[in-house]
Amino acid sequence: MKSITKLGAVSALSLVIGASASFAETIKIAFIDPLSGPFASTGTNGLHQFQFAADYMVNEKGGVLDGDTFEVVGFDNQTSPKESLIQLQVAIDQGIRYIVQGNSSGVANALTEAIDKHNRRNPDSRVLFLNYAAVDPALTNDKCNFWHFRFDANADIKMDALTDVIVADENIKKVYIIGQDYSFGKAVSDAANKMLGEKRDDIEVVGDELHPIGKVKDFTPYARKVVSSGADAVITGNWGADMLGLGKAIIDNGFEGPIFTYYAAGSGMTAAFGETGKDRIRLISQGSINPIGSEEARETYNAFKEKYPEGNIDQSRIFNTIGMLATAIEEAGTADDVVAVASALEGMEYDSMWGGKLFMRPQDHQLIQDMHVGVHTNENVEFDYDNSGFGVVNESTIEMAGMDSATTCEMKRPE
Amino acid sequence: MDLILVNIIDGLVTGLLLFMLSAGLTLIFSMMGVLNFAHASFYMLGAYFAYQISQGLGFWMGLLIAPLIVGVLGAGVERYGLRRVHQYGHVPELIFTFGLALLIEELVQFVWGKNQMPYFVPEALNFSAFAIAGNSIPAYKIFMIFISLAIFIGLLFILTRTRVGMIIQAALSYPRTVEALGHNVPLIFMGVFGVGTALAGVAGVIAGPVLGTFPGMAFVLGSIVFVTIVIGGLGSLWGALVASLLIGWITTFAKAYNIAMADILNGIGFATPENLDDNLFRDLWTVTSPQIADILPYILMVLILIFRPSGLFGKRHS
Repeated sequence: MKSITKLGAVSALSLVIGASASFAETIKIAFIDPLSGPFASTGTNGLHQFQFAADYMVNEKGGVLDGDTFEVVGFDNQTSPKESLIQLQVAIDQGIRYIVQGNSSGVANALTEAIDKHNRRNPDSRVLFLNYAAVDPALTNDKCNFWHFRFDANADIKMDALTDVIVADENIKKVYIIGQDYSFGKAVSDAANKMLGEKRDDIEVVGDELHPIGKVKDFTPYARKVVSSGADAVITGNWGADMLGLGKAIIDNGFEGPIFTYYAAGSGMTAAFGETGKDRIRLISQGSINPIGSEEARETYNAFKEKYPEGNIDQSRIFNTIGMLATAIEEAGTADDVVAVASALEGMEYDSMWGGKLFMRPQDHQLIQDMHVGVHTNENVEFDYDNSGFGVVNESTIEMAGMDSATTCEMKRPE
Repeated sequence: MDLILVNIIDGLVTGLLLFMLSAGLTLIFSMMGVLNFAHASFYMLGAYFAYQISQGLGFWMGLLIAPLIVGVLGAGVERYGLRRVHQYGHVPELIFTFGLALLIEELVQFVWGKNQMPYFVPEALNFSAFAIAGNSIPAYKIFMIFISLAIFIGLLFILTRTRVGMIIQAALSYPRTVEALGHNVPLIFMGVFGVGTALAGVAGVIAGPVLGTFPGMAFVLGSIVFVTIVIGGLGSLWGALVASLLIGWITTFAKAYNIAMADILNGIGFATPENLDDNLFRDLWTVTSPQIADILPYILMVLILIFRPSGLFGKRHS
């Protein structure tokens, strides 16, 4: 009796699949990030990159699974975890299976918990969380789950790559660490202290401080401390106005050494630093823009610039996210069964058009990829930011950064 | 010791910049009795206009033209906005300026977008004037000091030594009498409002390249300006100057030295508790001066209000 039911179910299911295959369908992706408020420019720019990547890499090339196309739908979360959960529910109610988000680890933490809970309770409407930018290491460690995939390198992997470059420079003997006073700034400081100590114990941390986030009017007094500490290099995780203010003050007030940063490019910042930041600001990023990773990437970038003349591809991982999702859906043979898609993503190896290989580590769903440390300059820049003539040029590459990095993730997979 | 001198100069720059903002605000406040919440927005407009003008005509033309445009805008706001709202009392005036501040921020975002603007220090001033023990003092900072002092002296001269100044001062205290003597008091108000906002514009023009030109720049400075005029005493130019410098130096020194609260508490005879982790006052013991630097002016304001409600140089109003 039971087997007959099963047979019926399977044949009914195959009928449905067979019927749907002949009609091209839309696979919706919910983009839950700030589209209004102070971080709106970052969010809007990200949405443009996602929509462009979906059209250019998937839809215009015939889609996936016999012509199904991707559609990226924007949901405004105003950078608030609470609002994000509401938008998540709206997206799920609309039958969306794929959630992308990246701005703020606070939001990512809320989403990953909510999605885990939802998927356990509603096996019929499970969703996947493709995190393209939230870098809190906890997301792929203690808080990891089967539904979460991170396409950006986490804060520890980035610091590991940055400190590799720092310790290779014999001239750097004293380092000043400064950041915003919240969880991310503290994570950067902890990682920097730990890794510098492990890699070269003759490097002295001559300053380690946090300043109030978004409230400092003039960074000059901080810059004075950096200069008088005799530091040879500065490390900061600052972003937005805090990054620009700090960077400008440090350079204007006589600091001569390099400044190692996470987020000192794009969204007007590269243009605003201009000549002042030349050869001074170092930036960690994934994907190579200058020199461009491949002919395919060059064409993609040019096509993007044609559609969004004011925009920049400053998050090449967005293209990796779309590319890997499309590949996984093809491999799984379905877009509806997210367990199959997630299983295809786990352990996937993928050639990025931005250069290098990508590997989705199955233990914790952390994408392993090449990391590049570049310098802010206007020489040899094929693709600038903010149409300013200035951009980031690679100086050193760490292949498959963090390949063997430890993880505390104990992933429970669905039956 | 060298660092003290450097910090004195840095604090002077911060203070004088604050003075340019608060001078206009304090004149407007004492005259119309209304806090112009949009004052810092005119500062932001100054920076954006100057950036736009500097793209085509260079920094110096921006310095010349942008404050003029801001001043005319300010005068227009007084003539066609505030004057109409005035008859309904202070609260509608307050709400009007508050709304204006929000409106200006939205407009700026609409026209220039949400990103940082590439607005730079002019080439002619882009060098280090001199250095004290490795700390370079940019020539632009010296320029900022001179331009703010020039404005202070100019204002002081006009207000105390000229006929125009006499009429303005009289109009502040006895508008009816001045009007009866045949002077056009509404025109004077409009003029003072225009000059006040133009001063904010100048501050924006010269602060934009150093502090960054972005839609949040008005918000960042908004409240500290009010603190300055309350500490200095409403309507007093000297008060605005002294309070600005005081705030500039307090915040600069608090940020420049990592003074821990624990040291101060130890110094006045309290012993550090054995186990800080469970201590009720843990945050109090571990706080350092850079963390609270930006709230020190507010503490000062509260103290001033308690012990000298009219401010350092203010006259008590009946």
